[in-house]
Amino acid sequence: METAPKPGKDVPPKKDKLQTKRKKPRRYWEEETVPTTAGASPGPPRNKKNRELRPQRPKNAHILKKSRISKKPQVPKKPREWKNPESQSGLSGAQDPFPGPAPVPVEVGQKFCRIDKSRKLPHSKAKTRSRLEVAEAEEEETSIKAARSELLLAEEPGFLEGEDGEDTAKICQADIVEAVDIASAAKHFDLNLRQFGPYRLNYSRTGRHLAFGGRRGHVAALDWVTKKLMCEINVMEAVRDIRFLHSEALLAVAQNRWLHIYDNQGIELHCIRRCDRVTRLEFLPFHFLLATASETGFLTYLDVSVGKIVAALNARAGRLDVMSQNPYNAVIHLGHSNGTVSLWSPAMKEPLAKILCHRGGVRAVAVDSTGTYMATSGLDHQLKIFDLRGTYQPLSTRTLPHGAGHLAFSQRGLLVAGMGDVVNIWAGQGKASPPSLEQPYLTHRLSGPVHGLQFCPFEDVLGVGHTGGITSMLVPGASEPNFDGLESNPYRSRKQRQEWEVKALLEKVPAELICLDPRALAEVDVISLEQGKKEQIERLGYDPQAKAPFQPKPKQKGRSSTASLVKRKRKVMDEEHRDKVRQSLQQQHHKEAKAKPTGARPSALDRFVR
Amino acid sequence: MTANRLAESLLALSQQEELADLPKDYLLSESEDEGDNDGERKHQKLLEAISSLDGKNRRKLAERSEASLKVSEFSVSSEGSGEKLVLADLLEPVKTSSSLATVKKQLSRVKSKKTVELPLNKEEIERIHREVAFNKTAQVLSKWDPVVLKNRQAEQLVFPLEKEEPAIAPIEHVLSGWKARTPLEQEIFNLLHKNKQPVTDPLLTPVEKASLRAMSLEEAKMRRAELQRARALQSYYEAKARREKKIKSKKYHKVVKKGKAKKALKEFEQLQKVNPTVALEEMEKIENARMMERMSLKHQNSGKWAKSKAIMAKYDLEARQAMQEQLSKNKELTQKLQVASESEEEEGGTEDVEELLVPDVVNEVQMNADGPNPWMLRSCTSDTKEAATQEDPEQLPELEAHGVSESEGEERPMAEEEILLREFEERRSLRKRSELSQDAEPAGSQETIDSGSQEVLSELRVLSQKLKENHQSRKQKASSEGTVPQVQREEPAPEEEEPLLLQRPERVQTLEELEELGKEDCFQNKELPRPLLEGQQSERTPNNRPDAPKEKKEKEQLINLQNFLTTQSPSVRSLAVPTIIEELEDEEERNHRQMIKEAFAGDDVIRDFLKEKREAVEASKPKDVDLTLPGWGEWGGVGLKPSAKKRRQFLIKAPEGPPRKDKNLPNVIISEKRNIHAAAHQVQVLPYPFTHHRQFERTIQTPIGSTWNTQRAFQKLTTPKVVTKPGHIIKPIKAEDVGYQSSSRSDLPVIQRNPKRITTRHNKEEKL
Repeated sequence: METAPKPGKDVPPKKDKLQTKRKKPRRYWEEETVPTTAGASPGPPRNKKNRELRPQRPKNAHILKKSRISKKPQVPKKPREWKNPESQSGLSGAQDPFPGPAPVPVEVGQKFCRIDKSRKLPHSKAKTRSRLEVAEAEEEETSIKAARSELLLAEEPGFLEGEDGEDTAKICQADIVEAVDIASAAKHFDLNLRQFGPYRLNYSRTGRHLAFGGRRGHVAALDWVTKKLMCEINVMEAVRDIRFLHSEALLAVAQNRWLHIYDNQGIELHCIRRCDRVTRLEFLPFHFLLATASETGFLTYLDVSVGKIVAALNARAGRLDVMSQNPYNAVIHLGHSNGTVSLWSPAMKEPLAKILCHRGGVRAVAVDSTGTYMATSGLDHQLKIFDLRGTYQPLSTRTLPHGAGHLAFSQRGLLVAGMGDVVNIWAGQGKASPPSLEQPYLTHRLSGPVHGLQFCPFEDVLGVGHTGGITSMLVPGASEPNFDGLESNPYRSRKQRQEWEVKALLEKVPAELICLDPRALAEVDVISLEQGKKEQIERLGYDPQAKAPFQPKPKQKGRSSTASLVKRKRKVMDEEHRDKVRQSLQQQHHKEAKAKPTGARPSALDRFVR
Repeated sequence: MTANRLAESLLALSQQEELADLPKDYLLSESEDEGDNDGERKHQKLLEAISSLDGKNRRKLAERSEASLKVSEFSVSSEGSGEKLVLADLLEPVKTSSSLATVKKQLSRVKSKKTVELPLNKEEIERIHREVAFNKTAQVLSKWDPVVLKNRQAEQLVFPLEKEEPAIAPIEHVLSGWKARTPLEQEIFNLLHKNKQPVTDPLLTPVEKASLRAMSLEEAKMRRAELQRARALQSYYEAKARREKKIKSKKYHKVVKKGKAKKALKEFEQLQKVNPTVALEEMEKIENARMMERMSLKHQNSGKWAKSKAIMAKYDLEARQAMQEQLSKNKELTQKLQVASESEEEEGGTEDVEELLVPDVVNEVQMNADGPNPWMLRSCTSDTKEAATQEDPEQLPELEAHGVSESEGEERPMAEEEILLREFEERRSLRKRSELSQDAEPAGSQETIDSGSQEVLSELRVLSQKLKENHQSRKQKASSEGTVPQVQREEPAPEEEEPLLLQRPERVQTLEELEELGKEDCFQNKELPRPLLEGQQSERTPNNRPDAPKEKKEKEQLINLQNFLTTQSPSVRSLAVPTIIEELEDEEERNHRQMIKEAFAGDDVIRDFLKEKREAVEASKPKDVDLTLPGWGEWGGVGLKPSAKKRRQFLIKAPEGPPRKDKNLPNVIISEKRNIHAAAHQVQVLPYPFTHHRQFERTIQTPIGSTWNTQRAFQKLTTPKVVTKPGHIIKPIKAEDVGYQSSSRSDLPVIQRNPKRITTRHNKEEKL
């Protein structure tokens, strides 16, 4: 078992063969240590070479790099080159070894570009063009700045690789725990809670806190990293689902009858009777909306910042018990018993889209963090991955022996499926690629059937709730190694949390802005624009933007006689008219070509048909 | 009033008559006939007075007549005299005198001068003034245009506008009065001293000073003269070349060209003896030329001339010869220079050469065969059936690699073929070879699939040997003809070994890379998203894999909802099977399918969905408006419908809307309803310079919030357009502020005079 360095956060993990090809970047301060043999002799097996390069690694050890633990500095993307030394010399004659601004690789900058230059613009005036140029220059500058700041993302994701083609799925948790450092090993644990039945669980957005609720009323919240219990109560009622609200201080619990909200001391704050018989909960963090799906078939959005119900939508598809959110656009995905998945926004009374996914009912739905892929599993034992970028077509399909009852995506695009008492994890080729269902990345057997699954944000940990309690698994490479300290800081203090809360509330996104394509909000509303134009024309009695009628230019030497002026005018008019006729003829041809294949020849008796 | 006046005037008349009567009576004695006349005049006057009563000629009362022929004592009359009195006549004395000539002249001068025209009225004068003033001011103000434009386009304006001169003293001044105090500074200065760096006067190092002193005036002059001479010579040469170029004689040019070629050859030979390294470079150039030739279509019998000749060639011996000549020229030019490999051959014998090519290929294959291929191992660990299915796709990369290496080998013979085809001597051998290679290719690929890769190895070896042989034969052929490149080849310089040695590992690398490429390709193929028929395809023979995407594309056009859901998907075999399932997998799967079939026999999910979709499509279509009035113009009543003609006439068809987004997606219903709540937040009016909404969208596509940008970028994107310093007076812009020399006061005299006229312009300036 060996490890090799991962190139970067967004570079897809390549097979070890490719990795060895990549030379280890040599820093200018380093001495030349290892004679590079790369590419010289194709004879010896590649893995051996790898071993030669890094002999310090113990063989046959699963080495798991925990994202937060490995503090290896990131290799600069492109070592800057020494430029002409004569070009710049300072006061003392010393030269800047790296003159000029740091170079930025084009493809990295491209990632942050948002203007779609492939779309052609209509011809624009000089003034408009200058504005467009300014906008484009601005975009380029900001994207370069963003690309340069990627240097600050120092952490690398963890990974797991089999030695000599060893199947990673055969590596069990015990092996992984053995190989990793103590702090990471402590993240693997089992809570044996056999008494209160299958558990649902939820991690807070920072990944620091864990809440779980057993079906028989056991509700607890804890700081799972330090294992400090925050509260533990029994609500004396069946618990269907549990979810943290915007911070770890508030907990929503879907109980048998109503929805309850507790604080982190276990004190009941609210009992929301308008949300009854709730089966599933989802929290939309940027909109401060708690979406609840109920047995009665209603999808209810509750604004937790003001305590008002924003929308209660009737899905008209019977009992709702499959729900997930799209983290990219905050659209709620509901799975139905007729094999469809419907997409909902609180602004619309009907689903934004409906996708027929399975022949049987849908058992589980999950959407990845980029909002590109949706995984569904149905009663027909199939697991499908759909492309959500407008086509809604399945990218890959697999039949599972037992069908998956629960699905979840990790931050880096790993897919986990709970099938009976087994969890299977599939990995993709990188962050923005769908998980390939050919080979499982990891598998694990639990002590009871799975009832809830979630990857912990910013930790390579998968939480599984099952009948026997809670299991925290180590899944290398599952989560994002770099967290945004201002957005979701796992180490934040109470004061920081309060400040963040205020800021987040100020930046709350209105619920009605949820739509399938959030970028569409940055577009002009063409319909009302045209409506406005029409109204203006009506008001003024003429079109102010219409083309002025042709005025012949006055000419010298008697050619500007009235007759010739009229003639010239007529010429232009005729030309325009001809164009119009030509166009209409073309359209007619098109229509005829379309209409031709239908219908037989008309009969002379048709005229008598009434 | 008027009546009153008339009365008055009549009264005055009567008084006048009374006054006139007095002398009349008195004068009556003097002339008898005058009394007659007088009476006539009186009568006239009376008539006039009466006629003036109607109010028109009242003024004529004050008429006065001048001297006339008929002179009367009592009044002057101009009766009878038609001519006017001229001024000169007054001056003219009875006798002409010369003294008056000067006065006359003066008088004529006065007369010749025209009279002063009437002054224009006030409005016109003002208008002219305004025009002039406007022109002047516009001219003066036009110098501000660039400033205005710049300020309008500026990202940020800081007021007040005065430019603050950065008070930075020159560095020499700062440094001269400065001494190192702290130990660190002293250390640094020590270092500087040691390295002879300038400390106090940092502008010039001693070396720089020396270089400044290096050239004197004399030298400079000489240098200039030299340069001038060179330029003149060059111009002469150019003129000569131009002249020569104009010569139309073909023969002349031919001779010149030949001479040049000979000269070049001679020089090259000499160079080879004297300076082999330069000769090598020279040869590289020749090689380059060859490459160019191969790339171009020159001498390929494809030009206009060649085609015409080709037609003629059948009958004309000369034309045939010309064609042959061209072909031979092409051959000559495209001949490869085989110096390096030949030298190797001569030294190490043929064996070496063989190994030169073979090992890379062989190594690759060996690697794949028994090396630790992770893919193979992985599949071995899983159960046998899986191994059988998985081995094939795993072998694919190898296959691909072989294919690549083979084709890479093939490439060379292919290139040769073009030349060989034209050579009669080699035709036979070529045919043999091509046959062989063709035989080998399919055989090789089949064998790799069927059995292990040992056979492939041998196959490849044979192939590469063939290749080698071919090379050699060609080389010999080339040497038999005496051509320019051949000369170089026959003299293998020992120095030429070096580039060859360098070359060898390079080639290995390229082969390796090729193999890598092949693998990657295959890999990508496998990972491509397979929308629908993935299951079916993976169940097919893996040989079809690479062209699977093509098939898919065709299929995608005809997506059928039925097979979309009913396609068999490959099942995943995980290591850990849920404990509940204890049966054998196959049986279990079959059972499951049975169960599913039974369970879903009743409810047809697909049909329901299609129905729902149809309804949604219908609902979203714009409705036609029917304006027929039943019973209008025809019989109406129960059971009677308006006629079809009427209906057609009064049906207003709704315009066809845009195509639905889910038109080609059978498994999706996308709602076409507009989210009006979100639309309220969208931009609804195009701002000024934009004429199309897409133009404007492009300017607002980049987010400016700190969530999406770095701190710096965010700050830059959100800088205010105008910044005013608190506590400063913002004065209007002045010429000095923007770098103009003259003051605005002298520039704008018109403005000063009547500032009211240009207030609008002024305002514009202030708004900047």
